Amino acid sequence: MEYEPKQGVQRRGFLKGAAVGGLTAAVAPLTTVAQQNDAGSNTTAVREGPRNVGATPPNVETTDRPEGVVLASGGSDYMVDVIRALGIEYFAATPGNTFMGLHESVVNYGMTTAPNLRFITTMHEEASVAMAHGYAKIEGKPMACAFHATVGTQHAAMAIYNAYCDRVPIFMMTGAGIEADKRKSTVEWSHTVVDGPGMVRDFTKWDDTPGNLTGFGESAARAWRFAMTPPYGPVLLAVDVPMQEDEIPGGEAGRPPVPKLPSIHPPSADANTVREIARLLVNAEHPVISVDRCARTPAGLQMTVELAELLAAPVSDSGNRMGFPWRHPLNQGRRFGELRRQADVLLALEPGNPFGLVTSGNPDGTLRRALGDKATSITISSADLYPKGNYQNLQRYADMVDMAIQADAQATLPFLIEEVKRLLPASRSKYEARARAFADNHKQDFEASLDAARYGWDATPISMPRLAMEMYEVMKTEDWSLLSHHYWQSSWSQRLWDADKHHQFIGGSGADGVGYTSPASLGAALANQKYGRLSVAVVGDGDLMFGPGTLWTAAHEQIPILYIVHNNRAYHQEIMQMQAISNRRQRGVDRAAIGCVITDPDINYAMLARSMGVYSEGPIENPRDLGPALRRAVAQVRKGEPALIDVVSQGR
Amino acid sequence: MPFIKALVAACLGVSSVIALAQEAPDGDARRGQKLFVADGCYQCHGYQGQGSNAGSKLAPNPLPYAAMAVLVRQPRARMPAYSSTILPDQDLADIHAYLATIPRAKAVDDIPLLRGARSTLP
Ligand SMILES: Cc1ncc(C[n+]2csc(CCOP(=O)(O)OP(=O)(O)O)c2C)c(N)n1
Repeated sequence: MEYEPKQGVQRRGFLKGAAVGGLTAAVAPLTTVAQQNDAGSNTTAVREGPRNVGATPPNVETTDRPEGVVLASGGSDYMVDVIRALGIEYFAATPGNTFMGLHESVVNYGMTTAPNLRFITTMHEEASVAMAHGYAKIEGKPMACAFHATVGTQHAAMAIYNAYCDRVPIFMMTGAGIEADKRKSTVEWSHTVVDGPGMVRDFTKWDDTPGNLTGFGESAARAWRFAMTPPYGPVLLAVDVPMQEDEIPGGEAGRPPVPKLPSIHPPSADANTVREIARLLVNAEHPVISVDRCARTPAGLQMTVELAELLAAPVSDSGNRMGFPWRHPLNQGRRFGELRRQADVLLALEPGNPFGLVTSGNPDGTLRRALGDKATSITISSADLYPKGNYQNLQRYADMVDMAIQADAQATLPFLIEEVKRLLPASRSKYEARARAFADNHKQDFEASLDAARYGWDATPISMPRLAMEMYEVMKTEDWSLLSHHYWQSSWSQRLWDADKHHQFIGGSGADGVGYTSPASLGAALANQKYGRLSVAVVGDGDLMFGPGTLWTAAHEQIPILYIVHNNRAYHQEIMQMQAISNRRQRGVDRAAIGCVITDPDINYAMLARSMGVYSEGPIENPRDLGPALRRAVAQVRKGEPALIDVVSQGR
Repeated sequence: MPFIKALVAACLGVSSVIALAQEAPDGDARRGQKLFVADGCYQCHGYQGQGSNAGSKLAPNPLPYAAMAVLVRQPRARMPAYSSTILPDQDLADIHAYLATIPRAKAVDDIPLLRGARSTLP
């Protein structure tokens, strides 16, 4: 059937009418995901029409394109099918008309047909990416986010960098206006870039600008595959605006198939290498294991524990993930300094900073070998398989590494465990004695932490161990998930809480880009929601103010999360450094607060949260008020809503 | 305090320790409390000198003045150096006096949340 333009029927008007008759039925595309490979039925031939027919006031962004023309299919509906076929459940975005076709397809097709692809409204592109960042660390797979070409990508950039450094898969999209004569004047030109992904290419794992829908399908599948191959990373597709908005060339008959996804099989170390590592570990008197971003899934955590227990080897966890249970007797993180000095074998699983593992700084700034003189150091790292220049997040070159194994650590663990089991002697007495000694150490360290926690217990501003223990009291009977890094609170949660599940801790931002915690924890909470977990994040006052709109997203999307504002009324990390530099220059700290404190006026975070529909309490100054406030907030979160408690607290 | 003296002597040399010890002025704890904040000590050591991952615990029972002076003037680790130009001896003595007034902390067993955590030990 030849396409006949229905003059005067605007697309928006059409949708309004459709709503009356049942949105789903009226706007569903001509094929669904279930029928995705069955193109050809129910087809409508389509005429290639000019996009800019009709009067469009210049300098106005409009989504009505082409004006006065009704379409029978949409390229971006196909894109939605592809995105869903990647197993993606959420699509976070702050809107922009370079991906409006896609946006419209998500809300009118993706959200109304199964499997549901839900649009999550954010208030900054950085928040979209950071939400996807947090989500992936809980769910183990990417979610989608999209941002406006040029301006949106520029906003998104830092969050992409965080995800890249933190090795997290994200499926990102932006618009592209490839054909110049189809761009409207003024705004569309300033929102067009010849090579949009180029802005963030240094810190995305892969990108593409597909030239047609078939290319989109293939590129999307390839992007997903690269994102999900260790080392994980964010990927970006720039999608031509008319390709999204116009009809599928050839109509439904022309709808390309949705590509099939392969299962991913990350590389493990080869058999000889595994045998050699196992031999070294089994024969070692003082083996030490260091874990960083090793456990990609709960199975990775389980295997790390199994390996450590077989060898009775002490483990130090970087804190970038839940690398090792916090109260496991072999968790010897607080003794890593002395352990590595004594070590005869150091096995580092996905180390983010191998140099820091084998080297230590002297008080005068010089460096020394921190590892035992005769120690063999081994790294197993998938990051070695994917080197990139320019951004220097590799850390310094560690020339004290003896065996650098380019493989995925988690994928290697099953083989290593098998080999260790095979080589372990029948008599376990040596290992049992070692395990007992470490259990004693662990107990002593825990006692020492309890002892240290009592100082300043009743203080105002509230002390960090007090905050940690008041939180734990309301969390410990729940299936909790701590979604912020404990570093900012002097790691009291890690020292005093019992955590042994993969989802109980997800590390930090990756690149130390502030503004991560509030949105990333919300994305992680979104993933936790379907498992009924209690999501909790302690956010810095500085971090929260980088993107307070995240609170609105939490309320609007009804994502249950307990936010606790670590309100030290400062960019505290910076004030400590300002003090050091002022002193070094003999100028004192009188003026060091300028630019570093967040006072005059104090910000009322509870009021801020309330203004956006989030249940809140605070500012809480008396530690006695903290427990009851937390209990009320958790009750609110249990109802499926976000809540925020503003805690006036000490710096660290 | 032979141990502290020996420690400090090892860092600085005996004569300067004696000099520092002899110069210890009387301290005004109230003024010291204000200086503890104004001079930024609280940033790493906490308002009660309880310590954090950025700075060690200072109180209760602070080091003797002479030992503290050494660590403040010529710190060994991450602590920024406070010369007498930016932190006069009198100010340091006042801060020391403040730290000396910080009362003993409650015992773990007297803090239900910590006692509860201890009871989880095997
Ligand atoms: C994007 C970005 N800007 C600036 C910094 C420098 N910076 C590091 S920590 C920090 C303070 C963050 O404040 P807050 O979240 O309140 O944490 P606090 O240090 O006060 O505990 C700043 C500004 C950074 N790391 N990233």
